[in-house]
Amino acid sequence: MKTFKIGGVHPNEHKIKAEDQSITLDLPKQGIVFVSQHLGAPSECVVVKGDKVKVGQLLTKNENFIGANVHSPFSGTVNKIDTIYDASGYRKEAIVIDVEGDEWLENIDRSETIKREISLEKDEIIAKIKEMGIVGLGGACFPTHVKLMIPEGKTAEYLIINGVECEPYLTDDYRLMVERGEQCLVGVSILQKALGVKTAYIGIENNKPKAIEHLKKLTKSFEGIEVVALHVKYPQGAEKQLINAITGREVQSGKLPIDAGCVVCNICTAHAVYEAVQKNKPLIDRIVTVTGLHVEKVANLFVRIGTPISMLLDAVGGVPANTSKIISGGPMMGKALFSTDTAVTKGTSALLLMDESDAHRGEPTNCIRCAKCVSACPMGLEPYLLGALVENEDFERAENESVMDCIECGSCLYTCPSYRPLLDCIRVGKYTVRVLQSKRK
Amino acid sequence: MNKLIISGAPHVHSPQNVNKIMWGVVIALIPTLLASVYFFRFEALLTVAVAVASCLFFEWAIQKYLLKQTPTTSDGSAVITGLLLAFNLPSNLPVWMTILGSLVAIGIAKMAFGGLGKNPFNPALVARAFLLISFPVAMTSWPTIRPLFGDAVVDAMTGPTPFGFLKEGIAQGIPLSQLMQSPEIPSYANLLFGANGGSLGEVSALAILLGGIYMLWKRIITWHIPVTFIGSAFVFATILNAINPELFINPWVHLLSGGLMLGAVFMATDLVTSPMSPKGQLVFGLGCGVLTIVIRVWGSYPEGVSFAILIMNAFVPLIDRAFKPRVFGK
Repeated sequence: MKTFKIGGVHPNEHKIKAEDQSITLDLPKQGIVFVSQHLGAPSECVVVKGDKVKVGQLLTKNENFIGANVHSPFSGTVNKIDTIYDASGYRKEAIVIDVEGDEWLENIDRSETIKREISLEKDEIIAKIKEMGIVGLGGACFPTHVKLMIPEGKTAEYLIINGVECEPYLTDDYRLMVERGEQCLVGVSILQKALGVKTAYIGIENNKPKAIEHLKKLTKSFEGIEVVALHVKYPQGAEKQLINAITGREVQSGKLPIDAGCVVCNICTAHAVYEAVQKNKPLIDRIVTVTGLHVEKVANLFVRIGTPISMLLDAVGGVPANTSKIISGGPMMGKALFSTDTAVTKGTSALLLMDESDAHRGEPTNCIRCAKCVSACPMGLEPYLLGALVENEDFERAENESVMDCIECGSCLYTCPSYRPLLDCIRVGKYTVRVLQSKRK
Repeated sequence: MNKLIISGAPHVHSPQNVNKIMWGVVIALIPTLLASVYFFRFEALLTVAVAVASCLFFEWAIQKYLLKQTPTTSDGSAVITGLLLAFNLPSNLPVWMTILGSLVAIGIAKMAFGGLGKNPFNPALVARAFLLISFPVAMTSWPTIRPLFGDAVVDAMTGPTPFGFLKEGIAQGIPLSQLMQSPEIPSYANLLFGANGGSLGEVSALAILLGGIYMLWKRIITWHIPVTFIGSAFVFATILNAINPELFINPWVHLLSGGLMLGAVFMATDLVTSPMSPKGQLVFGLGCGVLTIVIRVWGSYPEGVSFAILIMNAFVPLIDRAFKPRVFGK
C-alpha cells in the first residue's frame, strides 16, 4: 500500500463514532460572517447596516487575483458591521445578521437531484468558482480558482483529491465521501475539466474502508477518476506528502505542486465546486466534526457559515464540565480557541474539546538526542538542530539548514520525548528568516 | 467549562517520554543482570547495587548541593549509568573503586557537561576507561564464573578473559589452532549462553541480544548502530582471519567474547552520545566495529570496545555535520 517516503508519525486515531449520519444544524437567531475568510488579499464589504439580505446574496467582494467573495448564509437584516474575535484570537471585521426565515436567491438550485452533466466550459467553470467564493476547505482556505489557473509554461498532469483526513478525531471528510460521494465525484470531474486533466486520483487512508469501497464503486461511472487507498500515516494530507504518496514525485524545495505537474484539492472543496457549478450555490455551508473524548454526542454537523460556535457545542450535548481546550481544526495543526464567542468560517473543519488532563503540554527537559524528531520529519529536516539554532538566534544557519522547507505539521513536537517546543522555535525561525530574506532584496 | 488554555499546535503528544525511554533501557538490561548474577553470584549483585546506588546518590547530591537544581534522579538515566558501569567491571573489583568510578561517570562525564543529554561521552565508558588506566591490575583480573547451578568451568579463582588469553598466546608466538584447544577457551555454546569469564555484563551474548530486541521493539533504539557495529567487526575479523588463521582470531570468538555485544547493543546505542541521522549512525557503527578490531588486534589492551566507542563519541559532532538526512525536494 502506498504512502509518502520520508518520516511521518502515527498518532492515536480517535475516530470516535464515525459511523453516525451527519446532522443538519438549525439556523441561529444571529449569524456572524467574517468579511475575509481566505488566504490572500482582504475582501470588501458590499452591504451596510440595515440592509435586507437573502441566502446566497453577495456580502463581500474581492477583485484581487488571490481573493474570495463571501455570500450570505442567512436571510434577514444586517444588524451591524463590527470587529469580532476570530478563531486565532484577532479582532476581524464581521457582518452580524439577524436571521429572519430562510429565503434563498431564486437562481440557486436547492433540489436534491444530482446533476452530472457539466454544461459550462473551462473558463466559465473557473469564473464560477471564483464568483461563488470557493476556497480550500481542508483548513488553509486558499482560493480554489487560483489553483485552477495554470501559469504559462506549466502543465497539470494529475488532479489529486485529498480524502486522506490524516488528522486524528476528524471524520467530516469521511462522512461527506460516504453521504455525498456522487456529488463529490461530479465536483472532481468539474475540476478535471477546468484543468484539462485526464487523470484524477482520490487519496484515502485505509482506516476509512467504507469511503474507499463506496467511491470505488461510484468511480466506475466516471472517466479518469481513480481511488487510491493509502497506508495510514500523518501528515499524508499535506500537499507535498500526498503527491509523493500517490505519484512518487517530489515537489522541489521552494516550488509548488504544479511544478511537479499536480494540482491538489480537498474532497470537501470538490463537493463545494459541485454545488457552485451545477447548482449555482455559493459557499455558504460546510460540514464540521464536533468531537472530543468526553463529548456526549460526537457528531458531524452541516452548518451555515457564520453559525456561532456555541450552537455547535450545544448540539453535541454541551461542553463537558472539565473541558480546558477547544481546538478549531484537528489536534495536530488546529488552533486553540481563546473564546467560544466566535463563529464558523469557511475553514472550520472541526471543533475538538479536550479536558484538563490533555490540555497541557509536558514540561520541556533537555534534548536527549534520541533522533525521533529527525526520523519523524516528513521533510527530511533536523528539528532538534533548527530548534537549537533558533534558540541561539543563528538564523543564517537555520536558513541554510532548510528551515523554510518546514510544513509545520507538528510531527517533531508530537514525537519529542523531552516535550521540547521544536515547532514553536521553527515558526519563529521561519518568520525571522522571511524578514531577513525580504531585507536582502 | 474551565478557563480555556491556549497553546500552539500540535495539541496531542506521543505516549513516549524521557522517563519511559530510560526505564525501558533499564528493563532491557534485566536479562543481562540476571545472567551476571547467575554466573558471578553475590559479588555481581553487590557490584551492581553499589554502582547503581552511588550513581543515584552522586547525581542527587550534585544537583541538590552543587548545582542547586531539583534533582532528576527519577528519570532513570543514573540507574542506566550505574548498571552499565557495573556491567563493565569485573565482579571482584573492590567496592571503593566502584564508588570512585560512579563519581567519575556521574560527576565528570555527565553533570560537569550539563547533565542528561549534554554529555559528549558515554558516562559509564568514561568511568571504565578511568578505572582501567588507574587500576589496570584490578580491572583485568577477572574471576572465573561460578554458575548458581552446576560446577565451575575451570578451577582457578581469577584469570584472563578468553580474549586476553588468546592475545597473550599470540604475543608469545603460539599458533592459534593450538591455543584454541586449551581449556581456557570455552565452547561457542558457552560463549553464547554466558559461560566465559569477563566483566559482569559481557558474559552472556544471548541475554544482551534479548535486551536489544526489547529496545528495538519499544523503538528506543534503531537497528543501524548495533548491526553496523557487529557487522563491520565481524567482516573485518573474517578478512584478517582469512589472511592468516594462525595469527588472527576467528571472527566468531571476536563476536561472542569480550564486550562487543554489550558495547554494540547498549553502549554505542546510547542516544545522547550517538549521531542523529540514520546515515550518521551507520558511519558511527562502522567506525566502532573497525576500531574495536584494530585495538583488539594491534593495541596493547586486550579489549577494544570501550575505547572504540569513546573515540567515535568524539566524532559525533563532525558526523552530525557531515551526514544529514536528505531534505525532501532537494
